[in-house]
Amino acid sequence: MDSHERAMERRQFLKGTLGAASLVALAGCDNLSQSSWFPSILSKAEKLTERAQRAITPANALAKEYGEADISKVFPANGNTDPGTGEYAEHVAQKFANWTVMVGGLVQTPTSWTLAALKELPSRTQITRHDCVEGWSAIGKWTGVPLGDLIRQVQPLPNARYAVLYCADVDEDGVPYYESMALADCFHPQTILAYELNSAPLDIPHGAPIRLRFERQLGYKQAKYLTMIELVETLSGIRGGKGGYWEDDQGYEWYAGI
Amino acid sequence: MASLIHEGTGTGQGHGRGQASELAMRSEPFVPEQQSISDGLTGTQGSISAAAPFLVSGTERIYRHRLPIRISHWLNVPFLVILIMSGLQIFNAHPALYWGDRSDRDQPLISIRPIQTDNGEMRGITTVLGYKFDTTGVLGYSNGKRRAFPEWATIPSAKVLAMGRQWHLFFAWALVVNGLFFTAYALISRHVTRDLAPTGKDLRDIGKAVKDHIVLRHPTGEEAKRYNVLQKLAYVGVLFVVAPLIVLTGLAMSPTIDTAFPWLLTIFGGRQAARTIHFIACFSFVGFILIHVSQVILTGFFNNMRSMVTGWFVVKRDTGR
Repeated sequence: MDSHERAMERRQFLKGTLGAASLVALAGCDNLSQSSWFPSILSKAEKLTERAQRAITPANALAKEYGEADISKVFPANGNTDPGTGEYAEHVAQKFANWTVMVGGLVQTPTSWTLAALKELPSRTQITRHDCVEGWSAIGKWTGVPLGDLIRQVQPLPNARYAVLYCADVDEDGVPYYESMALADCFHPQTILAYELNSAPLDIPHGAPIRLRFERQLGYKQAKYLTMIELVETLSGIRGGKGGYWEDDQGYEWYAGI
Repeated sequence: MASLIHEGTGTGQGHGRGQASELAMRSEPFVPEQQSISDGLTGTQGSISAAAPFLVSGTERIYRHRLPIRISHWLNVPFLVILIMSGLQIFNAHPALYWGDRSDRDQPLISIRPIQTDNGEMRGITTVLGYKFDTTGVLGYSNGKRRAFPEWATIPSAKVLAMGRQWHLFFAWALVVNGLFFTAYALISRHVTRDLAPTGKDLRDIGKAVKDHIVLRHPTGEEAKRYNVLQKLAYVGVLFVVAPLIVLTGLAMSPTIDTAFPWLLTIFGGRQAARTIHFIACFSFVGFILIHVSQVILTGFFNNMRSMVTGWFVVKRDTGR
């Protein structure tokens, strides 16, 4: 056997070994992903990320606001683009005249606002970037009422820690959408319930008539078709217990700061 | 290019002041089963070189990699593989890259898409700066599935963005912790200044090093005890340019971090630009790993592996010629 043949043989051996090793490793990763214990270890990183990000981010640090020229020509609509229920269709027919947003739960004075009442409150307009968990970004101009204003008005009880946002849409299996956020994040100046996108009333694909803008987290937290906000002490016991549709059913992190 | 990084070894710049280098902290003769002879040999090596048949095995054993460096190195192997593969899973959720802050879908720098031809056949098309390439079988469409990177390249192999993110964001922390540990140790032990930083002479002789690499001529003897200039540049580039870049561009994709450190968006040219740089840095790692591993094999696989496992590396002595 000359040195060339030996080299070839060695190459074959290395290739075989590497190939087999990578197949075993890949299958191992898939098994781990489906095991009951491993994802719970991986998910420890979420808590660490949340703690670290909250520690280094000033409570009122603002997301970058852009100029009119930066607005995306097409703002993609993800997730549900129409709730599709009979009840919602009725609201559409009535031009959302009877749509209400109720804020209750652990509060002194639960309050319900009609869309018209919300539009009369002081508003905030911001041109911000929407970052989807899939990786894309779009820039839009949002107008809405700061969520903090509403929460202050209903006076949270001292034990309220989270705001749970309920939506009018359901998925194809009839599972209703909802999301949640830390109560502290509700008071961020750019956290608004938006009723306008790019100076026009919010359209159906983007969450008509009102949706959340929570600029410091990813797109799947931005609940659309909002009907009710409930302040709670703990998220366990609410639906899947993980604080949101995407968290319960799809395995996404509750803390969506990255 | 083919041999940018190879596993030489060396005394580094530990000359003078009696400071041992990280790479050759301890050095001792290594002539197995000829201990008594070799002991007498070391002092007179040059003068009897022609006469001594056992000089064929005239080798020297040097302590090349200290334990913390070896641990850090081997931890990086699974960490990087997992990060790259879970990163490709995340990329598959939106397989296009852009510049600036927005992703205008009609203007990607790179996109990898499945398309259906007129006769109904599926093809994978990779578009780079407007130029289209048919990459069916690997990119865009593989194993009967519409996916940018194929199943064998992603963690998990199936299309599960949420799980890919969990792997990625866990091991991102692991890589950062390991990287900080390595950096602290390498600075304190002066591994960086002695062994990794190129000297002025290194840089002046870079032309010769490039020529030697092109013809795959690897250093021997004293020369092999220290990293050569291309090797130093590659290690420094990966450790202190690509690695920080990939961490910072990763952070720049976080909407929360962007509120705390808005300058991240400014220096990288926007969130989508940061995502593109993150991807380029990822493939810089892939390129480094391919060259690094091929050099490990070409310059003495078992010797190189032993030195990164046990610390001990064997160098042939210069025979005086």
